[in-house]
Amino acid sequence: MALNISGAIEGSFQLIGGNFATAGEASTQLKLKLTNLGVHEDIIRRAAIATFEAEMNVIIYAAAGRLHYYITQQSIKIRVEDMGPGIEDISLAMQEGYSTAPEWVREMGWGAGMGLPNMKKNSDKFSIDSVVGEGTTVEMVINFS
Amino acid sequence: MTLKEIAEILNAALITDSEYPDINIQNACSADMMSAVLYYHTPNSLLITGLTQPHVIRTAEIAGIKTIVFVLNKKPDDSTIELARQKNIPLLSTPCCMYTASGRLYQAGLPGCLNK
Repeated sequence: MALNISGAIEGSFQLIGGNFATAGEASTQLKLKLTNLGVHEDIIRRAAIATFEAEMNVIIYAAAGRLHYYITQQSIKIRVEDMGPGIEDISLAMQEGYSTAPEWVREMGWGAGMGLPNMKKNSDKFSIDSVVGEGTTVEMVINFS
Repeated sequence: MTLKEIAEILNAALITDSEYPDINIQNACSADMMSAVLYYHTPNSLLITGLTQPHVIRTAEIAGIKTIVFVLNKKPDDSTIELARQKNIPLLSTPCCMYTASGRLYQAGLPGCLNK
């Protein structure tokens, strides 16, 4: 599939923790960008879901973060870095259903313990690095074919 | 399944004002947890939920959901309705509970998003 991309396209979005009013806006804009580039809708949905989950994690848990994207003919790479509490036990956090979200977050429909598993499930490559007290970085690559 | 058929089966009222005659719903999921909605994702699907906040609309848009049904006669506030209008996602409200709404649609031939 030929995409309307010459070289690479990259950019980033600033994310503010606790800002639920505009939560998801970065993912929506990225979805629109991929749509305009002619990426297949199934790939767009996977990228959008992985990005949205990562974005929501920053909104829910961190003070702030940045979402960076890098699009080439072959793939989209998404890196989300946050200044949050960090994750003590990553293997536990990767288990479906495990969550440390407070009750008020669950009442809003988040904190089901599916965020990180959803990111991994929708990515072709997934990595996570976290330091307790400093923050978390998630990197995801979704191939276009 | 068309929006009109869904509304009839669920005795539901349309909250957003457009008729959306072109919508063809092919499957459905029922959830109050947004990550569950994102887990189920399939194109042209319906979401049955009890949550009415604006981020339900954003989640629906990301997950490829074309229509949302709120159970127990719940009505979202104006900010949710306005966002749904912007995103072209029609909203319905049914007196049914989530279990009954899901059962009625399944019985009428609308499968779940996950085929298991």
